[in-house]
Amino acid sequence: MPETIADDSVGIIETQIIHFSEALTLECGKTLNGYDIAYETYGQLNADASNAILICHALSGDQHAAGYNSMDDKKAGWWDSAIGPGKVIDTNQFFVVCINNLGGCKGSSGPNTINPETGKYWGPDFPIVTVKDWTLCQYRFMLSLNIDHWCAVVGGSLGGMQVLQWTIDYPDLIKHAIVIAAAPKLSAQNIAFNEVARQSIMSDPDFCEGHYLEKNTVPRRGLMLARMLGHITYLSDDAMRDKFGRELREGKLNFGFDVDFQVESYLRYQGHSFVDRFDANTYLLMTKTLDYFDPAGAYDDDLALALKQTDARFMVISFTSDWRFAPERSREIVRSLLQAEKQVSYIEIDASQGHDAFLIPIPHYMNVFASHMKIIAQELS
Amino acid sequence: MSQLSGIIPASESEGLRTDLAIIANWIKPDSKVLDLGCGDGALLAHLRDQRNVRGYGLEINAFNIETCVEEGINVIQADLNDGLKDYFADHSFDSVIMSQTLQATEQPDLLIEEILRVGAEGIVTFPNMAHWKARIQLGLKGVMPVTKNLPNQWFNTPNVHLCTLNDFELLCKNHGIHILQRTVVDHSHKQGSWLMKLFPNLLGEIAIYRFCRR
Repeated sequence: MPETIADDSVGIIETQIIHFSEALTLECGKTLNGYDIAYETYGQLNADASNAILICHALSGDQHAAGYNSMDDKKAGWWDSAIGPGKVIDTNQFFVVCINNLGGCKGSSGPNTINPETGKYWGPDFPIVTVKDWTLCQYRFMLSLNIDHWCAVVGGSLGGMQVLQWTIDYPDLIKHAIVIAAAPKLSAQNIAFNEVARQSIMSDPDFCEGHYLEKNTVPRRGLMLARMLGHITYLSDDAMRDKFGRELREGKLNFGFDVDFQVESYLRYQGHSFVDRFDANTYLLMTKTLDYFDPAGAYDDDLALALKQTDARFMVISFTSDWRFAPERSREIVRSLLQAEKQVSYIEIDASQGHDAFLIPIPHYMNVFASHMKIIAQELS
Repeated sequence: MSQLSGIIPASESEGLRTDLAIIANWIKPDSKVLDLGCGDGALLAHLRDQRNVRGYGLEINAFNIETCVEEGINVIQADLNDGLKDYFADHSFDSVIMSQTLQATEQPDLLIEEILRVGAEGIVTFPNMAHWKARIQLGLKGVMPVTKNLPNQWFNTPNVHLCTLNDFELLCKNHGIHILQRTVVDHSHKQGSWLMKLFPNLLGEIAIYRFCRR
């Protein structure tokens, strides 16, 4: 619980839900006859609606990017370090919007919501959504707020992929694209990790072929394993060594299969706490969304061609120790942007924290990011 | 690379360092430019504001990159020793600039080839090792030259491939490179007296060349 709200916090924020009654035909061919989108906003939209920034969340993120939903919250939103009055994404200057993507589990239509046509949980029957489906939702959402363009779309990891998709799908509706710790598509290794995560969920006896909510249960062990695996890929070898080394939890070996090392304890804790806040079907779905992401696919595998139409100015940021989406993957994006003669800056942040670094306020990262946001703010006036 | 940027202080009166001002005058308005080792981005900012030049800077130093971003320069964090193949296709730029950086690269000859692969013209500046002050230190005192432009000792200098005007021109000759323009400036970055023009390899402290494929 926050005892007091810091001056640079957006404070107590209420998640809002907006219903869209217009049907949405998804890339998979299925159609949703109406859907809900949960969202939060921070800051004020200016008179000409030119200062709106869309924040795109990653695999396990949601619409709660900054501030607190109540004084009982243990933690602030997932990117509270970067969003707030006077912070890098300055809510005194920008109107910041974050939505829970379709298929999510925090209020937007998704597997853990009721399918109005059956009156039952969607569960495994919720259609597989793609990043392109998300940008379409975000586009409709933008119009619903009477905004006709984003002055910036910003995201890390799977969020960064949405940013990239935005510049391709709505090339003239986005002025600045900030793509952090992302990749132009997943590698076989990335997909392999996702597959192990999915298998661990689906092989849990409590998974009930995805209908666990109807049976009042949750595939806890499977989802926990999936999250533990994910966490290993979010941290670097160095970060794990720094954080845990071979430190023993009880100061001695127990010669058993329970927790000996701190790193085991950490992973179990991360796994356990994730189960309480995330839905297993959403996890399955989001990992598929990641696997399917390949925006160049529709352009003869030519990412430069895919990016050709956009007027957006890009900033691409990667982190040296990130091996989930390594700097080389960001360089692929940069190479295509240079080929397409786009305005782009590319920064490789020296960081030991692995993929997780994109959420950590590393000084050089924050300085560069803040300087860039200042340039964007200057363009408003 | 970039540890070199900032060795020479900006001349207070003009804002832009004199060697950079000379380079700027050699760049055509509305052209496309790549600045290798762009430092704090001063040249690119000047070219953008004064000549409507588009382009990118490559830089390795984190602090310089922060300054470039503050200035709104398109900067790509990269190590020039990795070459330009990763990023740039053939004939992508009108001019490729490398100021005070050549001597700190691992393979200057290959980088010059790279410059003329991606650009129609190259512009390079480097400290002249045959300047009389350097000659005196090596020839009379028998020590490796340490000058205002080359302030490091032999053991800690980033400048691992120092050369003279004659050396550079020989390299160009052997690589089929045509020199379009040459000028030298002294330590205060003043462009030359008639004496300097007569004996550039003796009196010029910094050499500035513009060249293309023959």
